[in-house]
Amino acid sequence: MVMVQRIGAVTLFLIDEMGRMFIFLLRALAWLFRPPFRITQIIKQLHFIGFKSTFVVILTATFTGMVLALQGYYSLRKFGSEGLLGSAVALSMIRELGPVLASLMVTARAGSAMTAEIGIMRITEQIDALETMAVNPLQYLITPKMVASLLAVPLLVSIFDVVGIWGGYIVGVKLLGVGAGSYWSSIESAVEWKDVYGGILKSISFGLIVSWVCCYKGFYTSLSAEGLGKATTDAVVLTSVLILIWDYFLTSVLL
Amino acid sequence: MIKLQGVEKTLGGQHVLRGVDLEIPTGQLTTIIGPSGEGKSVMLKHMIGLLRPDRGKVLVDGVDISRLKEKELNEVRKRFAMLFQSAALFDSMNVFDNVAFPLREKRVVPDVEITRVVQDMLDRVGLGDMGHKYPAELSGGMKKRVGLARALGMGPEIILFDEPTTGLDPLMARAIHDLILSMHRVFGFTAVMVSHEIPEIFAISDWVAMLKDGKVTAMAPAEEFQRLNDPVVQEFISVDAAAVH
Ligand SMILES: Nc1ncnc2c1ncn2[C@@H]1O[C@H](COP(=O)(O)OP(=O)(O)OP(=O)(O)O)[C@@H](O)[C@H]1O
Ligand SMILES: [Mg+2]
Repeated sequence: MVMVQRIGAVTLFLIDEMGRMFIFLLRALAWLFRPPFRITQIIKQLHFIGFKSTFVVILTATFTGMVLALQGYYSLRKFGSEGLLGSAVALSMIRELGPVLASLMVTARAGSAMTAEIGIMRITEQIDALETMAVNPLQYLITPKMVASLLAVPLLVSIFDVVGIWGGYIVGVKLLGVGAGSYWSSIESAVEWKDVYGGILKSISFGLIVSWVCCYKGFYTSLSAEGLGKATTDAVVLTSVLILIWDYFLTSVLL
Repeated sequence: MIKLQGVEKTLGGQHVLRGVDLEIPTGQLTTIIGPSGEGKSVMLKHMIGLLRPDRGKVLVDGVDISRLKEKELNEVRKRFAMLFQSAALFDSMNVFDNVAFPLREKRVVPDVEITRVVQDMLDRVGLGDMGHKYPAELSGGMKKRVGLARALGMGPEIILFDEPTTGLDPLMARAIHDLILSMHRVFGFTAVMVSHEIPEIFAISDWVAMLKDGKVTAMAPAEEFQRLNDPVVQEFISVDAAAVH
């Protein structure tokens, strides 16, 4: 009986939380189409979410591409088809690893910071202060972050893809001796526009998930340092899990 | 005019306001006193619609703001300014931008004029050369004064001050009282102030009200308030006065 009650309580809580998250998302998205448009805020956020993430994205992309080439080379060699290394690296990058890994890096770097920033503004009554000045906090704080991350994540993913393919080139061609010509030509013949569109679609939706979940967790943090710490952790975990689940669904639809 | 009718509010399982009835006289300075943790800040937040009552009404010029939609509520809020107990400065902006923020948001005055108003307000609170500093670099009392400059600079009809002088030294506290009073005389805004500064508040307020056990138990013109024949009031103001001196 107690067990059933507990399951019921958790279910109700989850439904309630999901409802609140969706309302939060819809209200924030509604401000996309209504003035005032916060151009300065958007640019600041683009700088923070996008530009400042480029280093870590380039770093992880290089090593991801390198390890992909390494793994791919030894698998492909068994079948005597090392020449396909380029396409193996490029397809896994563009379809899967670029969108997922770049978004996870953005979550870890910028997403957690978003939760913390908004949470502190909540705890120190800065959000209340905005409201007393008749400024809608969603419109001022949240929507610019969503716009910026919708724009920045696809760009970061593109960088990730390109850098990763070059990482694969370094290992495959320079270290393992695959022909440069076959590396590039296999990419050219295997990668279709559909793969690229799919990757971009994924990265746009991941960008939305990052800013949505991370902003939500900060906005509704409980009012203590401990609560904010938990909100930040929750935000990163939930974002990562959602990205991976959503990635599976999108992949099964896109394939 | 602001009027609270039977306002009740439970926060975190605690019945904080238990039927507050209060009328704030327009154009006058009303001070609310009462023990710590009684709900004075909570009451101020009801007046500007940051909190909505569980029961009762919050009337601003006869309109119950707790029932308004966001857009209408924002129209009402444009007539208000609030100094938070915690100052609630935007920590991503420097002092100057903090004070300028509400003016820029309203978009009614040109930039040159905003710069002039902001500098004037910062001078008045004694922080004229601190415009470039960030809130994290300021002491508690300095933050309070920036918050005060921000509220006064908005030039509203109604200002809510939550403990404007707490954390200030006695000289600065007097200077801030003088500033509030002189601005009040010049601009004639309605002021609601929460303060523990007894007896100073009796000299600057028009009205004094006491919040105790979740209700307004006494309200009177400042001179009369001190002579009220109410044991709770007498105990509170004499203990406080004894502590000050
Ligand atoms: N957001 C909140 N959630 C839960 N409880 C709250 C919240 N805000 C205030 N309270 C509770 O309401 C009560 C009144 O708080 P309030 O801040 O209004 O006191 P106060 O009269 O302003 O005290 P002080 O003079 O110390 O500022 C306190 O017991 C506080 O714990
Ligand atoms: Mg208070």
